[in-house]
Amino acid sequence: MLHPSLNPHLLSPHVEKIPTRNGYGDGLLELGESNPHVMVLTGDLAESTRVLAFWKKYPERFIECGIAEQNMMGVSAGLALAGKIPFVSSYAVFVPGRTWDQTRVSVCYSKTNVKIAGAHSGISVGPDGATHQALEDLAIMRVLPNMTVIVPCDAEETRKCTLAVAKFVGPCYFRFAREKTPVITTKETPFEIGKALIVREGADVTIAGCGPLLHEALLAADLLARDGIEAEVLNFHTLKPFDHIALEASVRKTKGVVTIEEHQVTGGLAGAVAESLGRHFPVPMESIGMQDSFGESGEPDELLTTYGMRAKDVIEAVKKVISRKQNKGR
Amino acid sequence: MTMRPYGDLQCYTPFMLTDLRLRELELAANQIRQDIITSLLAAKSGHSAGPLGMADVFTALYFEIAKITPETREAADRDRVVLSNAHICPVLYSTLANRGYFPREELTTLRKLGSRLQGHSSNHFWPEVPIETCGGPLAQGISQAVGMAIASRSNFQQNEKDKGTRPTWHTWCLMGDGELNEGQCWEAFMLAGKLNLNELTIFIDRNNIQIDGFTEDIMPLEPLADKFKAFNWSVIEINGHDIQSVVAATELAKSTYENPTVIICHTIPGKGVSFMQNRFEWHGKPPNAEEGQIALRELRTLAGQIKSEHE
Repeated sequence: MLHPSLNPHLLSPHVEKIPTRNGYGDGLLELGESNPHVMVLTGDLAESTRVLAFWKKYPERFIECGIAEQNMMGVSAGLALAGKIPFVSSYAVFVPGRTWDQTRVSVCYSKTNVKIAGAHSGISVGPDGATHQALEDLAIMRVLPNMTVIVPCDAEETRKCTLAVAKFVGPCYFRFAREKTPVITTKETPFEIGKALIVREGADVTIAGCGPLLHEALLAADLLARDGIEAEVLNFHTLKPFDHIALEASVRKTKGVVTIEEHQVTGGLAGAVAESLGRHFPVPMESIGMQDSFGESGEPDELLTTYGMRAKDVIEAVKKVISRKQNKGR
Repeated sequence: MTMRPYGDLQCYTPFMLTDLRLRELELAANQIRQDIITSLLAAKSGHSAGPLGMADVFTALYFEIAKITPETREAADRDRVVLSNAHICPVLYSTLANRGYFPREELTTLRKLGSRLQGHSSNHFWPEVPIETCGGPLAQGISQAVGMAIASRSNFQQNEKDKGTRPTWHTWCLMGDGELNEGQCWEAFMLAGKLNLNELTIFIDRNNIQIDGFTEDIMPLEPLADKFKAFNWSVIEINGHDIQSVVAATELAKSTYENPTVIICHTIPGKGVSFMQNRFEWHGKPPNAEEGQIALRELRTLAGQIKSEHE
């Protein structure tokens, strides 16, 4: 039922946890070795975005831009126009939060090969509070022409994503988180930009997830199975270009969908799924995520519970979808 | 280099153009101004004052200074030219056409549907229209120019390490003075200053106007040269209509190895057309048909000094 390549201890309460940002740092070190065009930039956040090791190893390919993100984005576009593959590294609330205009014109409109890494995304940033919890970044990136948007679910997938975007020609945005989160995938798990992966098969409901919360979706699916509900869980790591084919194939079978993401339920994964369903195969849908509000300070676990992004919330949403299905969508 | 000319180029012996070459460039600049008016007349919208004011600098840059020609427009080691205040793109288009990059007839397609000459300059038609990047929102060009200069330096440093043959180049960026209101400009200047980025030279069109009025009324910039010096830049101030000075200043800039150079070009907005000169009202509008004909006649006859012109 679970994809055979996933971490076998996935559902254990003692599942190993690694911060997704570590996968970014590891991926960059591999790229430093294999691709001389790769350059890395940061705005006074070398350690927490995990680019410090690259800086030490490849100083002539690293730029410390200081706390000046708008310029950093433009500098990256200039580097890309000169044949480099720049990785812009900062917190997602600043990059792309603060640099939307530069991303729109210098990166997307000018078609520059810039890779944007948004760290500390989602509400699980925790105690830093609402200002530092990026919950709108996917929406503002997804709407830009020429942009590719990726949300890896764990450290290993973040590493694969880092390598994949370096090969991919064109602007890319990908986000990762601060906290340690469960290891979901392994080296063997397939990762292809633009292709959703069925991580658990089922026929009663589709759960579309992205990012570390995919783990909550898998926990929920496991609990639902005990009630005789078989959920199909899809890892939509790429929000744009969106894998309409995978979604439609799944909902044709299940006739209902729940989305889960650490983002506002408008404009991110839920937005992408709703747009796709409306055009291709409308079915009842519920969304787990931020319900049009800002976050606040607190421990990551407390926040995810308070704002309703846990397995139990997924289960509730699934039951709602199933009941709407039976009432023909009402 | 110990000389830091500031406000006075008399203190060193500049590189001198021959009289013949200077004459060629001055004639080209005049033709470029006429073509700016012609393209604006056809477009019926666009900016007049800035493009006319920068015609001499653009002529010097594209005909004499920058290491790029129509034949070498795709060369990996070509000099990079970035127009940061992209609303003055009519002067860029007119200069490129007169330099032979694309047909002059195309200038009348400015701002029209399907044209390669967009309202703000775009890189989507490279290399036929050899524009490095898209511009419009002010300050974005200077950051990209800083990136291009850093890329050249990084190539140089990697070559030193592994005896490679990666290309290197000089980066030239053109900016407006009103543009300097944008905070992003100063972020870019700070980074270039920190890196002693001598691979970069910028021209600032110091014409003292912006859309709403005179720069010193809208958002004062002075003492501008001192601001740049405080940011670790070399500063040269010139008369932006004296092509000889433009060329000499860039020779000095390229031989300055300690830091990036800013060439503050004092210009007259609307230069060459009497009723546009120094009038901020002409920042963002084109001439109408009648004004256009007067402007073209003034440019052809050097404001009536050439008497042999008969309509």
